[in-house]
Amino acid sequence: MESLKYDLTNTPLREVNQFLHSDASLLNGKHIEINNPNGAHHIAVGLKSEATVTIHGHAGYYAAGMNQIADVTIEGSVGSGVAENMMSGRVHVKGFASNAAGATANGGLLVIDGDAGLRCGISLKGADIVVGGSVGSFSAFMAQAGNMVILGDAGEGLGDSIYEARLFVRGKVKSLGADCEVKTMGAEDRKILVDLLERSGHSDVSPESFTLYGSARTLYHFNVAKSGAY
Amino acid sequence: MSDTPNKIPQTEPHQSATFDKLTNSQIRRAAATGIYDIRGGGAKRKLPHFDDLLFLGASMSRYPLEGYREKCGTDVVLGTRFAKKPIHLKTPVTIAGMSFGALSAPAKEALGRGAGAVGTSTTTGDGGMTPEERGQSKTLVYQYLPSRYGMNPDDLRKADAIELVVGQGAKPGGGGMLLGQKISARVAKMRCLPEGIDQRSACRHPDWTGPDDLEIKIAEIREITDWEKPIYVKIGATRPYFDVALAVKAGADVIVLDGMQGGTAATQEVFIEHVGIPILAAIRPAVQSLQDLGMHRKVQLIVSGGIRNGADVAKALALGADAVAIGTAALIALGDNDPELEAEYNKLGTTAGAYDDWHEGRDPAGITTQDPELMKRLDPVKAGHRLANYLTVMTMEAQVIARACGKSHLHNLEPEDLVALTIEASAMAKVPLAGTNWIPGESKF
Repeated sequence: MESLKYDLTNTPLREVNQFLHSDASLLNGKHIEINNPNGAHHIAVGLKSEATVTIHGHAGYYAAGMNQIADVTIEGSVGSGVAENMMSGRVHVKGFASNAAGATANGGLLVIDGDAGLRCGISLKGADIVVGGSVGSFSAFMAQAGNMVILGDAGEGLGDSIYEARLFVRGKVKSLGADCEVKTMGAEDRKILVDLLERSGHSDVSPESFTLYGSARTLYHFNVAKSGAY
Repeated sequence: MSDTPNKIPQTEPHQSATFDKLTNSQIRRAAATGIYDIRGGGAKRKLPHFDDLLFLGASMSRYPLEGYREKCGTDVVLGTRFAKKPIHLKTPVTIAGMSFGALSAPAKEALGRGAGAVGTSTTTGDGGMTPEERGQSKTLVYQYLPSRYGMNPDDLRKADAIELVVGQGAKPGGGGMLLGQKISARVAKMRCLPEGIDQRSACRHPDWTGPDDLEIKIAEIREITDWEKPIYVKIGATRPYFDVALAVKAGADVIVLDGMQGGTAATQEVFIEHVGIPILAAIRPAVQSLQDLGMHRKVQLIVSGGIRNGADVAKALALGADAVAIGTAALIALGDNDPELEAEYNKLGTTAGAYDDWHEGRDPAGITTQDPELMKRLDPVKAGHRLANYLTVMTMEAQVIARACGKSHLHNLEPEDLVALTIEASAMAKVPLAGTNWIPGESKF
């Protein structure tokens, strides 16, 4: 695979992102390495080709935001909104992620090896998120579709006002949000979990050690009798 | 006159001003249902507005322009601060954000057609961009909202400008609710939700909190779109001086300021009528903020909320706005609340002009509905033509006033061309009470 290297200490990020937005025919199959990111915001955002990008170090907000097709690895930790609104492809954070990781993501796979902060998977719209560690409070808030696998614990208000997303949690859940409840894990759910564990490098983890959470669907139609839940 | 004790003179029945008929009906409705009233539209109460201002016109000290011979420019360029591709509109009257979902597909198409015909922009809404809308809109502004329903980077790139919505005038600080009747299969698919559920729209963005984060968010959108598109920030009118300053600091190219008369697809009546301020009270603080930062005319200001005619346009521009946006007025031009449909409005328990249950999806005009039969009633070509006519009239009306004030461009109108009819309007618009040189709070009577 042809590899290209950028060093953000002497190349403006704008130039790097502009290159990463080049025609797919130029980028498909290429490996782009970004050195010395030093926590810069919005690195490798808006990608839309079959490129592989490796960021050697920590990234700031919105790393790999709105990713399409591309495979982005961050060899460090990231700020808020990693892979926000991702449509497809894969984003892998080797370290920790701050708030709103994978927010509103529609497709693709986000893997976080460490912990994720508050509101991980907020308004999730179809993507898959696997967190090797724990997630902060209010994760999967209003999550509409997609799957979250959390190998550690979850904070307060998990899955508040959740729609049709599946939440697999191995550890403890501090509290569930409104309309989120424990579900029975069926064969289809288990298959999804096993597949995500495999694709995120956790194939050694037993799917039986997880509990599935989802929507009780009692808030799907506004009902004054439920007003205490809001 | 006889003094018979059986004929004591009676007073007229005295209706309470506090407990008037509307209030009493609201109490009875609440008592019967146990739930607050939801409706569409903006504030309906009487508010200080552009009607409370007058232009002075030319006189001994001002020289007017000939109505049919001398040019009075109307164009506006939006997004000159950072965007590589600012948008150039022929008229400063734009179409405000309204969603596919709240509105039918033919209504969205008609808005695009009407706006395109006169060289102005139209705007998407919560729920994403439809191909009909993109196809029929020459200049399309793409709203980036807290819910991110239907949001995807391909549509972001297809847009001519991007409007990051922080709030709207009808409900500053509020999210939204689209009732199940309007969540058709197509709307549900675009929003990634189960069909027929009551859909809630978030009031806060999911991945940023506060103006410092917003600055980074705007920079991300600029990076994704290679700094080509103008980025607007839309705010509901509440604390315009500070909100405008923070939006400028966050990197906005354009600020959209929406007063409480601005419409919504569906919100609680109590929210619409009691939160936010009228647009008349918001423009001067917003302009002052831009002037204090040295950014007036560099960051453009679009104002909305109750704009109805060319006089309103001219007054908004004279107070310092660069352009205006219309929503409710555009729907009326398409055919909303038309008295010709009176019999059908009566069946819905209302009357033409007062119909505001847009969220129920039973609009007989085929505009605020997803019912396939009702929406067939709206011909997008004819409705688009009506909108184009209306936009043309508004623009010409504004020109008439500007020429009378001796201005060769609408943007040359200034506060000194205006006086106020009421003390309230004088204080809010910071123009003198008519016949005096008094501005409350600015000078002594």
